[in-house]
Amino acid sequence: MALHFELVTPARLVRSESVHMVVVPGTEGEFGVLEGHAPFMSTVRDGVLKVYKTEHGTPEDIIVSGGFAEVGSAGLTVLAEHVEG
Amino acid sequence: MASLKELKGRINSVKSTQKITKAKQMVAAAKLRKAQAAAEAARPYASRLAEVMGSLASRITVSESSPRLLAGTGKSQVHLLVVANSDRGLCGAFNSNIIKAARQKALALQAEGKTVLFYLIGRKGRAVFRREFPKAIHAEFDTTQVREPGFTEAEAIAAQLVTLYGQGVFDVAHLFYSKFRSALLQVPTEQQIIPVPAPKAQPGTTGAVVEYEPDEEEILAALLPRYLRTQIFGALLENAASEQGASMTAMDNATRNAGDLINRLTIQYNRSRQAAITTELIEIIAGAEAL
Repeated sequence: MALHFELVTPARLVRSESVHMVVVPGTEGEFGVLEGHAPFMSTVRDGVLKVYKTEHGTPEDIIVSGGFAEVGSAGLTVLAEHVEG
Repeated sequence: MASLKELKGRINSVKSTQKITKAKQMVAAAKLRKAQAAAEAARPYASRLAEVMGSLASRITVSESSPRLLAGTGKSQVHLLVVANSDRGLCGAFNSNIIKAARQKALALQAEGKTVLFYLIGRKGRAVFRREFPKAIHAEFDTTQVREPGFTEAEAIAAQLVTLYGQGVFDVAHLFYSKFRSALLQVPTEQQIIPVPAPKAQPGTTGAVVEYEPDEEEILAALLPRYLRTQIFGALLENAASEQGASMTAMDNATRNAGDLINRLTIQYNRSRQAAITTELIEIIAGAEAL
């Protein structure tokens, strides 16, 4: 039960790891991505990306702006122009 | 024949030039590694974005209602040439190659009766365009204050371009920069950036049914300016790497030339010195014999 999560900015690959779940602040509402999510694309509003390493762990917050999320068979890829934290 | 003192002076001056070119070569080599790493680090983002754009573009048809960044203004009268140069010299033909490419394009467009405007990035090249196209320079973007052009600069440039485009200042924008192939080879490249040429969809990636939120068109509209920024950012990075590569090669040649020149001058110096000593000896001996 692991989701492959990648966070990419124009300057570098910030994250590439296996996590339990990521909650993404989509433009039309937050959505959580677990393993096996259906293919999905959404723009991301500026906000906090919550990364759950384990099922009951505390989430790690990453502030993103200018983002775009893509869920495919390879996992979740978030393209963001700016990343903090 | 130059006097000994003059020769000595020339040898010393060439030596100090050689020191400068050697130092610049080493600096360029170090910076090249960094610039190459930066260019490589930017690739995942650019390629992902291009993929997404490609699959989106294959799903919608370009029409009147499409975003203007994609559909264009419907005219191609005014062309904006965005020319990215470096701020510093000592990099061989790097800047002049880009300028040459832009100049040719500008002349070709003018011959077709189009209006040409320039948007200049970097300090080098301003003089040439000011001289040759005195009225055509629309804006200049100053990068002298930053050490390495980064995403912030790309964002600023893209924002300015989009604003100008929105005001209807130009219809088509071309970007000129130098693509980095290797330290020995940099290719001056021309690329149309506005309207955004629809990226080709990669075959095989359109297998799964993908859900979009919001719909395709809105996502595309949101991604277009980002795509533009990424393109400019990529060009700036390529340019930075090319500049250092060109600089390294040019300075390597200059150092070698200086070495050759020093050798030649040293031989000449030694010969003249020997000739002077011989003449002196002959004079002394002749003087002694006359007694």
